[in-house]
Amino acid sequence: MMDKLIFGRYIPGDSLIHRLDPRTKLLGAIWFIIIIFLANNWISYAALVIFVLTAVKLTQINPKFFINGVKPLIWLILFTVILQILFTSGQTIWLRFGPIVISQEGVLNGVFIFLRFVLIIFMSTILTLTTMPLSLTDAIEFLLRPFAAIRMPVHEIALMLSIALRFVPTLMDETEKIMNAQRARGIDFGEGNIYQQMKSIVPLLIPLFVSSFNRAEELATAMEARGYKGGEGRTKYRQLSWEGRDTAVMLAFAALSVVLFILRT
Amino acid sequence: MDIRFQEVGYTYQKGTPFESKAIYDIDLSIKDGSFTSIVGHTGSGKSTVLQHLNALKKPTEGTVTIGDRVITNLSDNKGLKSLRKKVGIVFQFPEAQLFEETVGKDIAFGPKNFGATEEEGLEKARELLPLVGLDETFMERSPFDLSGGQMRRVAIAGVLALEPEVLVLDEPTAGLDPQGRKEIMIMFYNLYKNKGLTIILVTHQMDDVAAYSDHMIVLEKGTVMKEGHPREIFKEAGWLASMQLGVPSTVKFAHELEEKFQWTFESLPLTTDELAEQIIDRLPSNGGDLA
Repeated sequence: MMDKLIFGRYIPGDSLIHRLDPRTKLLGAIWFIIIIFLANNWISYAALVIFVLTAVKLTQINPKFFINGVKPLIWLILFTVILQILFTSGQTIWLRFGPIVISQEGVLNGVFIFLRFVLIIFMSTILTLTTMPLSLTDAIEFLLRPFAAIRMPVHEIALMLSIALRFVPTLMDETEKIMNAQRARGIDFGEGNIYQQMKSIVPLLIPLFVSSFNRAEELATAMEARGYKGGEGRTKYRQLSWEGRDTAVMLAFAALSVVLFILRT
Repeated sequence: MDIRFQEVGYTYQKGTPFESKAIYDIDLSIKDGSFTSIVGHTGSGKSTVLQHLNALKKPTEGTVTIGDRVITNLSDNKGLKSLRKKVGIVFQFPEAQLFEETVGKDIAFGPKNFGATEEEGLEKARELLPLVGLDETFMERSPFDLSGGQMRRVAIAGVLALEPEVLVLDEPTAGLDPQGRKEIMIMFYNLYKNKGLTIILVTHQMDDVAAYSDHMIVLEKGTVMKEGHPREIFKEAGWLASMQLGVPSTVKFAHELEEKFQWTFESLPLTTDELAEQIIDRLPSNGGDLA
């Protein structure tokens, strides 16, 4: 089970996208999700597709990984697409079958929704595949910094995020170990009816909770033993630096926005 | 129940950039009623081998034969459950698997999964507690209120409750005090001697290997380097050191005697009793000087 978890995982590399500042990638991904809603016709979607595919190409990562990113969400996407096709009213009717009316506009809308989903997933997959989780938290901490003025505990939030990310693999190992131990005691995970499956989760969750609480306490002690006392005056080991390429990428995003404004109807 | 590995290999996350080969070309056989020790330093593939012993993992290459079940990459998952009853595994730090409200219920969890009733399970727990060095007063206590050593014993009882024919132990004494370590190892040895259980022990404690096992497998970098009787393997102290493994203290002591008094030991002493006997044999009966 754990063998197959690829989605949202950093893949080391040295492409242009890998070397970008995490702030650029984070801002870019957020900006992209906003401007994707500007597109409303074939030509503007084509521009977005070209933009995303170029970015995918630049990561030098096997496109299979991006497609794998879509897979877990495929049912949600298809469900939304079908709703669009069935419930969009339009002039050009293609098929009428009792209460079901399929119009050209509906199909078109469905295709656009599908593209929108896939493009957003691709864009965020680019972000997670090429950025180390810790760099990403650095970027989030930096971008949240203005909110410190309104007493938001920015350092603590960033610390919580990085600790959470740091312990994802540990927790996964732990889960696998406990699953093995309980399977050896005769539990079949993922078999039987819903009630049996829910019951089989208990012997997994309780040990996980117990060990997480123990681990949290140990971690807190270890941090205090090494003199941690909050973010005040703390310097950073990983320094973020904004380079020319970051400015160039931000300009590319700006250009894309302008193009979309021109192409949309 | 015999267990046999033929050219077994296992690769994690096959077909992805994270692919990593844990074990390869493993040939070994574990005879019914034997006490086998598997040694090897960290990362030698011990844990992966262990998970093949009751089909928690299916080999990506080769065949594993457990009793009369043959398991390959293509075997389906049907009927593996009966296999898990026959081969019980005590994992490293098994106290992590405790979850029930009372010790009794936790021990009864395994038998219940294999069709026993609550009552039969609890009965089993009552029988097993003295065997692992606890008593009936523990039945109603919460496993989370116990000391580390007591939790370990409860977890071991939880695996013994399945009444396995083969018992696999992954460093069962790690993190225990010397007295607890000895007690637990003697308990396993008695199960092997008196109940005829086949025992497979994964360990770093060469003294335990020497004292209890009659078969030994040395793993290194994911494959079997040597397989044989501990008495033969411990002869090669230099080779073991190159595998980052040591020899038992009795063997070390014997080597020191050999060097100091130019003695040669016919048969390598594996337990302190054997060592003492061989020394007595050599002591001059008139109380004169050694050598």
